Amino acid sequence: MNSGVIKHLLGIKGLQTHQIESIFETADNFSELLKAPVKKTPALRDITIANLFFENSTRTRVSFELAEKRLGADVVNFSSSSSSVKKGETLIDTVNNILSMKVDMIVMRHPAPGACQFLSKHVDSQIINAGDGTHEHPTQALLDAFSIRNHFNGSIAGKKVLIVGDIKHSRVALSNIYCLQLLGAEVMVCGPATLIPKHIEKLGVKVSHNLDEALKWADVANMLRIQLERQDARFFPSLKEYSNLYGLNMERLNRLDKELLIMHPGPINRGVEISSEVADSANSIILQQVENGVAIRMAVLFLLAQRNL
Amino acid sequence: MNNNATQKVLLNSQKTALIVKRFALELIENHGDLSKSAIIGLQPRGIELAEAIRNEVVNIMGSNVKFGTLDHTFYRDDISRGGIHIPKPSKIDFSTENLRIILIDDVLYTGRSIRAAIDAIMRFGRPSDIELMVMVDRIHQREVPIKPDYKGVSIDSRNTEQFVKVEWKSQSEVAVWLLDKKS
Repeated sequence: MNSGVIKHLLGIKGLQTHQIESIFETADNFSELLKAPVKKTPALRDITIANLFFENSTRTRVSFELAEKRLGADVVNFSSSSSSVKKGETLIDTVNNILSMKVDMIVMRHPAPGACQFLSKHVDSQIINAGDGTHEHPTQALLDAFSIRNHFNGSIAGKKVLIVGDIKHSRVALSNIYCLQLLGAEVMVCGPATLIPKHIEKLGVKVSHNLDEALKWADVANMLRIQLERQDARFFPSLKEYSNLYGLNMERLNRLDKELLIMHPGPINRGVEISSEVADSANSIILQQVENGVAIRMAVLFLLAQRNL
Repeated sequence: MNNNATQKVLLNSQKTALIVKRFALELIENHGDLSKSAIIGLQPRGIELAEAIRNEVVNIMGSNVKFGTLDHTFYRDDISRGGIHIPKPSKIDFSTENLRIILIDDVLYTGRSIRAAIDAIMRFGRPSDIELMVMVDRIHQREVPIKPDYKGVSIDSRNTEQFVKVEWKSQSEVAVWLLDKKS
């Protein structure tokens, strides 16, 4: 918990509802700005931001970089594949070297859960978590909640949000659960038992292993990517079986006699967790999520830069 | 209003109404039928004055005039230098390309907000010219070379701890106060 202004955005856990609301209010203004012919503002012209990506990312990195550039900040990018990390340098040394070049903010993605928290205690800079291992991905949760809020004309309270798939390895799921609950939504997770963490009910979420039943309950379905790179341990027998049991397709949707809002944090494995037809359907807001991502990240950077979050 | 504070009424409702009427007539005198002009109120405290002037212009002319609200927060020069700035919506649903823009605010002080507002308006197109209209001009306090084209009253509050507050209770009931900073 925090009582007032925060210096870093390390996770959704620890944020308060009013802080999320002020991010959304600011993001509304940036959404408007992004629709105008001139999309750039000089708000952060005296700020330098380093994007440190120790793990692969396309969408999040591009989204952060666009947000930073549209705010007028100076931006440097760094990815671990081409860095001195490969030569044995520690995280603190790497970051302190970058900071000594007068960088004000760090946006970091790292494979180790808690890496951003750790860094925030050892370096003198503002840190924004762009995904740390299986822990949190706060800006993704904010943009997901912002997209739901905008779809339902400003309110999330009381909405039933279903998160389907690999909950166990998903930082998106954990951040989404915290964020949606703070805003008053009900959350259910659904997937094979091997991909649902034990005791997750203690977070106050419902658990289902039957997608059709869960869909009947939900107003929103957020379909997580099956992380093929983490499936060495064989959490389910085959992709085909996973897709049959937990993939969202038109046949399943047609069986519901209601409108269901469909989301996906990307990148999509078409035909695995979601069929192409559903991903491209009118109820899908997958591309709006990406669009909102820039406005949300602009809002987070803008508010943190003036120590106003 | 806190009556314990040192305070002085600069303008009462009657006087403000006269100024609004004068502003409207001056605009019509300088801009003709205002078909190539737009009235833009600055967030947050210029909006009510801008609306009052727009209504007065419409009353006199009998035809509508382009109207918008503008927030300059993202264009300020002091973001990340302390202070809290929450953005408000800008609503300009027309292109400002080649329009004559009348920016309206309640008080002109250092001029920095207006400098930011001029940057902010450019994102909606390139106006043919921009004018500035303010209710109160705090003279001798400018930090950038900006001056109003239309002003209600001028005050000189140099070397004092006083500030100006414009309080709108309704469109016809408004008071402009000179207050002691400690209030």
